[in-house]
Amino acid sequence: MTSNSYSSATEHAHEPQLRGLKRWLLTTNHKEIGTLYLIFSLTMFFIGGTMALVIRAELFQPGLQLVQPEFFNQMTTMHGLIMVFGAVMPAFVGLANWMVPLQIGAPDMALPRLNNFSFWLLPLAFSLLLSSLFMEGGGPNFGWTFYAPLSTTYAPPSTNFFILSIHLAGISSILGAINIIATILNMRTPAMKLMDMPLFVWTWLITAFLLLAVMPVLAGVVTMMLLDINFGTSFFNAAGGGDPVLFQHLFWFFGHPEVYIMILPAFGIASMIVPAFARKRLFGYRSMVYATASIAILSFVVWAHHMFTVGLPLAAQLFFMYATMLIAVPTGVKVFNWVATLFHGSISFEVPMLFTLAFIVQFTIGGLSGVMLAIVPADYQYHDTYFVVAHFHYVLVPGAVFAIIAGVYYWLPKWTGYYPDETLGRWHFWLSVIGVNLTFFPMHFSGLAGMPRRIPDYALQFADFNLLSSLGGFLFGLSQLLLVWVVVRCVRGGKPAPDNPWEGAEGLEWTVPSPAPLHTFSTPPEFIPERDSPSRA
Amino acid sequence: MSGSYYVPASSKWPILMVVVLAFLAIGAASSLSFGHGFGLFIAGLVGVFVMMFVWFRDVIHESRSGLYDAQMDRSFRMGMAWFIFSEIMFFAAFFGALFYIRVFALPWLDGEGAKGISALLWPDFSASWPLLKTPSDAFSGPVDVVDPWHLPLLNTLLLVGSSITLTIAHHGVKKDQRNKAKLWLFLTLILGFSFLIVQGIEYVEAYTRLGLTLQAGVYGGTFFLLTGFHGAHVTLGACVLTVMFVRLLRGHFSPRSHFGFEAASWYWHFVDVVWLGLFIFVYVV
Ligand SMILES: [Cu+2]
Repeated sequence: MTSNSYSSATEHAHEPQLRGLKRWLLTTNHKEIGTLYLIFSLTMFFIGGTMALVIRAELFQPGLQLVQPEFFNQMTTMHGLIMVFGAVMPAFVGLANWMVPLQIGAPDMALPRLNNFSFWLLPLAFSLLLSSLFMEGGGPNFGWTFYAPLSTTYAPPSTNFFILSIHLAGISSILGAINIIATILNMRTPAMKLMDMPLFVWTWLITAFLLLAVMPVLAGVVTMMLLDINFGTSFFNAAGGGDPVLFQHLFWFFGHPEVYIMILPAFGIASMIVPAFARKRLFGYRSMVYATASIAILSFVVWAHHMFTVGLPLAAQLFFMYATMLIAVPTGVKVFNWVATLFHGSISFEVPMLFTLAFIVQFTIGGLSGVMLAIVPADYQYHDTYFVVAHFHYVLVPGAVFAIIAGVYYWLPKWTGYYPDETLGRWHFWLSVIGVNLTFFPMHFSGLAGMPRRIPDYALQFADFNLLSSLGGFLFGLSQLLLVWVVVRCVRGGKPAPDNPWEGAEGLEWTVPSPAPLHTFSTPPEFIPERDSPSRA
Repeated sequence: MSGSYYVPASSKWPILMVVVLAFLAIGAASSLSFGHGFGLFIAGLVGVFVMMFVWFRDVIHESRSGLYDAQMDRSFRMGMAWFIFSEIMFFAAFFGALFYIRVFALPWLDGEGAKGISALLWPDFSASWPLLKTPSDAFSGPVDVVDPWHLPLLNTLLLVGSSITLTIAHHGVKKDQRNKAKLWLFLTLILGFSFLIVQGIEYVEAYTRLGLTLQAGVYGGTFFLLTGFHGAHVTLGACVLTVMFVRLLRGHFSPRSHFGFEAASWYWHFVDVVWLGLFIFVYVV
């Protein structure tokens, strides 16, 4: 993609490096902030994961064993909130911080101080959220979708803390998205046109647009909750002329694009890694860009597929059913393109590639169960069962989380200057694949048989499936400790990585040294678009 | 290749902004949930304004000492434009809620449509807008609603007028006619603050004479939600324009470099357009 040699003109006139805590509190460097995001995300991943294990431990066998139903509700709620807003989203923002400037030849993010502010809002938001668990009446217990009136009339007193923490996390996301858009549109090296950008950059550009469009709606809906709870309004209360279903419309207008916010950058990562390890140019670059954009646009007109059972008019059900199924088309284009890229490639199976291939297969499983859920009459059966839980965990865990892990293995040599340990990585991969499928595949069956979600007890007939899910959950959770071990070892040392550690990888990020010095591209690098480059067939 | 990039130095204001936001958020949540912490909230609120002041002061200082290049200028422009886009979506949520209540929720409560089971809850309820009688007696609707052709019409004239005067002031800045700019920006400020005073009078009337309160069913809720958040945005916009006025007096802004002024005027026009939507859909129709 490029024929650039890294210029050593970066050493001039940077302010003296701060040390210790101050360095991290005040940093405006995209690499340091990226690292902070990733560490934060990993921490939240383990906190949210521990909550998931509390849930799986309780569901290991029928009956109530370990926790009270009130606490179980708090665990399901907090697990969802933390994984969505605290683990998956910040992980992608962290990867964007690290890699977008390196991939487009920019010296840093467009608005570096705003970037620092965006990050540090997150620890505040999640301290607020987690602290509510220890308050009188407990933390949020209404599910991560916080439907009214569960989250208004019947909510615990600490709900205001939850609302404020959503506001803070939302501000962080909005400012972060503004920064990413300005960076991508304004900071590219001049020779790189929009249609030359790596797909990770493209998918993040579109994701940032989605964030700006829907995070304010989330802010609006929690504000209306706040007013209903504290100031006697009746937006979500039919007694005053409002409507609890209005809450769901507003929430899912945010919520559906939100799932694409968590998957489009994953598509971008897969589109970087598949060509690198198949040693072929990505099949259908343009169609990948158009498919991403189509998915983003369609995501605004499908939200009510989450609400087929609330009593929508038939016309609305039909519209949202067909619109939802339409999304399968651009998504299918993407999967087709990845497979076509693999076709006749010289494929090697390093750890990033293993996670990416597993991502493609497992995300497709989650996508297909999504098409099943889109069918209105079928959804009447699946709604609020473990089938839904299986569906969205397939797109989020073996989908988005696997893509994040693939990206981490792929870019670790650039971050640390060392290869991650291949053997440990393979162990991590295989244990994760087995664990994740053991956890979530049986949920399809328990869900189809009618097991309701978010309930701490269940009928005897579901016992075997739940036993498998719980064993798989603990296997998956514990094997993530291997990831920590791999990363820590890779930071400390290992096999030194050259500038471009992967034989088939292309892009500006591989033209700077490994580990990438604190400041890169202080002048715009040269760039030759892939279509003009002779190096890939 | 063009020259090297400009990368701003690190700053302590972002992290201190997070600290004061922590005061604000903890204070707000704690006083709402458990009845104590209001002082902390106020301290946080004051802190946010102080931090905005010092943070922007640094940026203005850097800009005036010629540190920023054209690329930095474009980043600021994109940042502001996309921020306004996110604000549009914030109001879109509230307008969406208003339309949903009026077009779907209330008629369904009245038994319209094939699935009107919600009509069974309050069989005597009849839908109307403005909703003067709420379905349940637990809420009491307003006695009357604000007449759009008095104070709201006046406010429309004030705000549309202020957008025009601001544009004239902007032209003044562009052509380096500083006295013209000062005069018309001052007029804009008078119009803007008059709007806020009229809105205040309207609120007092609503609460004392019309029984139109936050608690007055969903009509009161949507009325104060939309006009209240709009009013908050006008307040912020007027404060920012005041800062721009002071900067103009101090000799800031040149015909080529006045993005602070421009951003403030973008924001003001955005607030104006939202008001037109409010005037039509909250007051008139
Ligand atoms: Cu959806």
